[in-house]
Amino acid sequence: MKFIKFLVLGTLFGIVMAKSEAMSWYRIQEMFRFQSFHMYGIIGTAVTLGVIGVTLIKKYNLRDFQGNPVTFHPKEKSIARYLLGGIIFGLGWALSGACPGPMVVNIGYGFFTMAIVFFFAIVGTYLYGYFKDKLPH
Amino acid sequence: MLDIIKQTWSWWFSGAFIAGIMFLLLFFGQSFGFSSNLRTICSAAGCGKSVKFFDFNWRSQIWNLIFLAGAILGGFITSQFLSTNEPIIISYDTIADLAKLGLSAPTSIQPPELFSLESVLTLKGFLILAIGGLFVGFGSRYAGGCTSGHAISGLSDLQLPSLLAVIGFFIGGLAMTFLIIPLIF
Repeated sequence: MKFIKFLVLGTLFGIVMAKSEAMSWYRIQEMFRFQSFHMYGIIGTAVTLGVIGVTLIKKYNLRDFQGNPVTFHPKEKSIARYLLGGIIFGLGWALSGACPGPMVVNIGYGFFTMAIVFFFAIVGTYLYGYFKDKLPH
Repeated sequence: MLDIIKQTWSWWFSGAFIAGIMFLLLFFGQSFGFSSNLRTICSAAGCGKSVKFFDFNWRSQIWNLIFLAGAILGGFITSQFLSTNEPIIISYDTIADLAKLGLSAPTSIQPPELFSLESVLTLKGFLILAIGGLFVGFGSRYAGGCTSGHAISGLSDLQLPSLLAVIGFFIGGLAMTFLIIPLIF
């Protein structure tokens, strides 16, 4: 039962990815071609509210539902891994038109061929794990 | 009411909705990052025996796999009950640019040129999806996060690494869109 809240949140996430059309290859193309404000508006609104909320959580030391402090984990300092990893991710995002979340939303929506993209995303993750120590971080 | 839900959701409502999901995940003691699931799946499949990166207690991430299951369900609910099934309305400029690449105007939310069974059964069509997925999976773990973990969660926490990752997303995305896609379509 303790997982049901995550099922509900995941379902809401799937619905917003579909209804905002962020799951659409066309919307990602439109974004990378700078021909619509739509995707920038979505991400910009989420980040703006996110910054405000995270600032308030930190300022007032807000706690989660179990009374534990909400913690944020600073990501380790590096340039190479974020830039190189980001570029590789971006190449795949623009080609397939889907980041990991929207991939599975598409499968649920009925675009079953997106399962190929998702399967190979798992393979890609495996390859990263395999070659991790040989890559610049 | 249902008529309003069935329309495309506005950017400000969608953005606020996503921020709400992120805060509820924080309230429930977790954080918003979808691509971690890919690593969890590798670990659950037993990859931890041969590759150290996958040797961790993946059961601690079951909540995120449940979130993933919900995302599939959300896609299903939307297509069955919350959709008008009308073609997606995108910018005319984009339609014109895509026409130059040989893609027809949208007839649904996804292009059949990429995602129809017919396209996928050609070698080129299959490779486009396979390589796209491979790069997303490799890149997200290399960068330590995807759009949810870096662009939304990380930027909300004003983390410089996340800004670098998002800059990388755009360098890669622009290179694919303007340099590589014209060569392959």
